[in-house]
Amino acid sequence: MESQIKKLHGLMQSRQISCQELTQNYLDAMERDNIKINAYVNPTAELAMETAKAVDKKIASGEELSPLAGIPMTLKDNISTKGIETTCCSNILKGYYPIYDATVWDILQRQNAVLLGKTNMDEFAMGSSCETSCFGGALNPHDLSRVAGGSSGGVASAVGGNLAVYGLGSDTGGSIRQPASFCGLVGLKPTYGAVSRYGLIAYASSFDQIGPITATVEDAALIYDAISRYDEKDSTCRGNTGKPVSESLNNSIKGMKIGIAKEYFDGIRDDVNGAVQNALKVCESLGAEIVYFDMPALKYSLPVYYILACAEASSNLGRYDGIRYGYRTPHYGDRNEMICKTRSEGFGREVKRRILLGTYVLSAGYYDAYYKKAQNLRGTLVKAFQDAFGKCDAILAPTVPMTAFPLNFTAQDAVETYQTDICTVPVNIAGLPAVSIPCGFDAAGLPIGMQLIGSSFSEAVILNIAHQYESAVGNTVFRSADMGVKL
Amino acid sequence: MSNYELVCGLETHIELSTKTKIFCSCTTEFGGDPNTHCCPVCIGLPGTLPKLNKKVVEYAVMAGLATNCEISPVSKMDRKNYVYPDLPKAYQISQYDMPLCKNGYVELSNGRKVRILRIHIEEDAGKLVHQRGSTYVDYNRGGVPLIEIVTEPDIRSIDEAREYLERLQLVMRFLGISDCKMQEGSMRCDVNVSVRPQGTEAFGTRTEIKNMNSFTHMAKAMEYEVNRQIDLLQSGEKVVQETRRYNEEDDCTESMRGKEDAHDYRYFREPDLVTIQVSEETVAQLREKLPELPHQRLERYRAEFGIPEADAQQLIKYRRIADYFEAAIDGVQNPKVVANCMIGQIFSRLDGDSAKESFQVNVTPENLNALVKLLDEGKIKMNLLKATLEKMLDTGKAPGELISEADMGGVDADALKSVCEQAIASNPNAVSDYLSGKEKALKAILGSVMKATRGRADAMEAEKLLIQLIQGANAK
Ligand SMILES: [Zn+2]
Repeated sequence: MESQIKKLHGLMQSRQISCQELTQNYLDAMERDNIKINAYVNPTAELAMETAKAVDKKIASGEELSPLAGIPMTLKDNISTKGIETTCCSNILKGYYPIYDATVWDILQRQNAVLLGKTNMDEFAMGSSCETSCFGGALNPHDLSRVAGGSSGGVASAVGGNLAVYGLGSDTGGSIRQPASFCGLVGLKPTYGAVSRYGLIAYASSFDQIGPITATVEDAALIYDAISRYDEKDSTCRGNTGKPVSESLNNSIKGMKIGIAKEYFDGIRDDVNGAVQNALKVCESLGAEIVYFDMPALKYSLPVYYILACAEASSNLGRYDGIRYGYRTPHYGDRNEMICKTRSEGFGREVKRRILLGTYVLSAGYYDAYYKKAQNLRGTLVKAFQDAFGKCDAILAPTVPMTAFPLNFTAQDAVETYQTDICTVPVNIAGLPAVSIPCGFDAAGLPIGMQLIGSSFSEAVILNIAHQYESAVGNTVFRSADMGVKL
Repeated sequence: MSNYELVCGLETHIELSTKTKIFCSCTTEFGGDPNTHCCPVCIGLPGTLPKLNKKVVEYAVMAGLATNCEISPVSKMDRKNYVYPDLPKAYQISQYDMPLCKNGYVELSNGRKVRILRIHIEEDAGKLVHQRGSTYVDYNRGGVPLIEIVTEPDIRSIDEAREYLERLQLVMRFLGISDCKMQEGSMRCDVNVSVRPQGTEAFGTRTEIKNMNSFTHMAKAMEYEVNRQIDLLQSGEKVVQETRRYNEEDDCTESMRGKEDAHDYRYFREPDLVTIQVSEETVAQLREKLPELPHQRLERYRAEFGIPEADAQQLIKYRRIADYFEAAIDGVQNPKVVANCMIGQIFSRLDGDSAKESFQVNVTPENLNALVKLLDEGKIKMNLLKATLEKMLDTGKAPGELISEADMGGVDADALKSVCEQAIASNPNAVSDYLSGKEKALKAILGSVMKATRGRADAMEAEKLLIQLIQGANAK
């Protein structure tokens, strides 16, 4: 698959299309198709055209531009954009205009990225379907009766529906990879600390990581190279210190060891299993060696993730009290009542559920039984991955045990919904990089995704394998939805 | 009190005098219009992240070293969760179970040691301003770095509590890491008080008196609380564990909240900050950089210079004064002279503690040093030194400008004799007073000798000569 970013960059450089024409195409398509898929919650047409104009001027003056210059893109609505409303798709943040830019947006602005708008998400990134958004969920461009996935569903819906070339989402327990899988896209969750979190409105600080959702692996590599920078504003961020990952995509994967942990395949749907097994055969045909092993620690992943992530969330979301910004209840007596009512009215059900769960597991009588135990098990999982990467270069696993849910599927049973995160949360617990790429379709024509998981800062390795696989299978597993901009 | 013994421990918050806040680069300057010393980080805007100020760790390590603490090679920051409008993130970043410094002590003048359990670093909160019937929040102070110093319950009297706090204040000022102004809140203190029958080991139930902001209030609050607890116990009632506040107007303590509504702070590790590592080299470097501490200086002044302890106390009470003294004694034969000049003449020009603390005087330590050296070299006498120092304090001029070459010359023996004879002749009343046994009368005669020689005469010599002359004349 050809890099969309490189292709458009080439067209603009050779003056076959101007940035303004390109941008206008996307804005027109948004006007037409966003009503169907609800990917954008806050389009920024004026800013986009302004940037496009500036880019055209630069091209005309012969200025050397980055490949990302002038490429129309989108940001999940939890990435702070100065002067542009940023709501986390929560009523409690409606009317909040950040006074500073997230570091990733700062980087991309300097590279003249064209922001088409802010995209839909599960409220505060909590959910697996995008349906907890206060704006209503984003829909799957491959099937409008199904969800785009969560929580970065808006980005996946926009990119999958050709309403943006790429987008940045955030991945706390699978929020980039799962919607990418549902919408037939590439979703990269970078190593924890590879990309600055400064300006990303926190859900669970020790899990959150910003990453790209793109149409091709090469696009993901280009974005990763642009945003994986050291940032002094984020103590946990060191950036990618190796060479650009986009330079390693064409390496042969001959002799590389791809690991299979059988626990990843427990309880997944047969068609998903079949597609992943096929992908494995493709990798073998490219010269990779398959290594099988057990990772019993994986079975703790879900409880560990939900306990720790909710604990951090309960603390991170304490600041929304109606005092300084965002929503404030109109009717209240004293200060305490104001804070209580503001939070009761401003937060949705899923967010409240997780705040309560987090408060509970941190409270004095239960800390040891839940939080501390989960913290210890986190260590066990980290160790299990370290052992696994002693045996292989990357682990191959399904991204989600199934394909895109029908609408309202997740509303029925929260715990059952949490189960669908089983394949994605382990890498967030261990802070590892993973990329989800399409590997086929189910009988209904819905995309199936698989993920390649690497050791810390081995984005080059997993993207190399992903790119080689993608090049080998091409159109048989990658398919564009029939809407949006066609170029 | 006699049958009961006080058991007391202190938790002291000290604001560090770093230039910037603990997690952002905003200024820590006191005052300023509300919310002008703020940025997205210290007002906790969504998405912002803290970045630990290295200087804060350095200062806290220095505080630990100066109070004989162990420095933890590895420590971490934790979140203390509670909701209050002056806390914009709804959690305070502090240290919970792995403080930066632990197991130290401060020694009191009676030789007893007050053990320090821990010293940890944390951020200060903002403050609420009540105005025109509304409440506003000012976050200027939010994010100012603090250390909290927690003692074991080793304090046994109100005097000990006061001395401990005074010593702590002095040490921090010497380290230059805090101005420790209780009235401005840069040093504040929570006092844990319990009593037990004299001679028993078991601790009584304690109460905590919050936020003492002066030594006087602390002493008063403790006295009230001790008596209240003894009264309760003697009448067969129980002390309830609770948090109390000191009421200045009625000079009493009153309940703030009971144990049952104590906060559950839900501490957990701050995921936005990495582990704090302090290497042995860093500790060694900081130890090297530690200034001579107040009690060490006091001992040196007493033992080496023969300065009385009470005077030495005055010299070390403020860092600037002590440093001034150090500069002024450089190379002089008798530092005691410098001490006397400072305590006598210079201090009398300063009004109150805050003037001493800022120690703005007209005379540079170099000029005082030069003046005392003139005495060492025999070029001037003590009385001229004193007179010149007064002029220096008035004008800020160097001693050389004020003492002419002529002034410096002594008075030769013949001249002195004739001046003395003249003085005796013109003070007949004083002479007869002296002869009738009033030794003080001699001072008046000596005064006119010094006046006549404009202070150049050696007062001791002149006095001797006067006695000789008066007694000689009388004998005739
Ligand atoms: Zn600040």
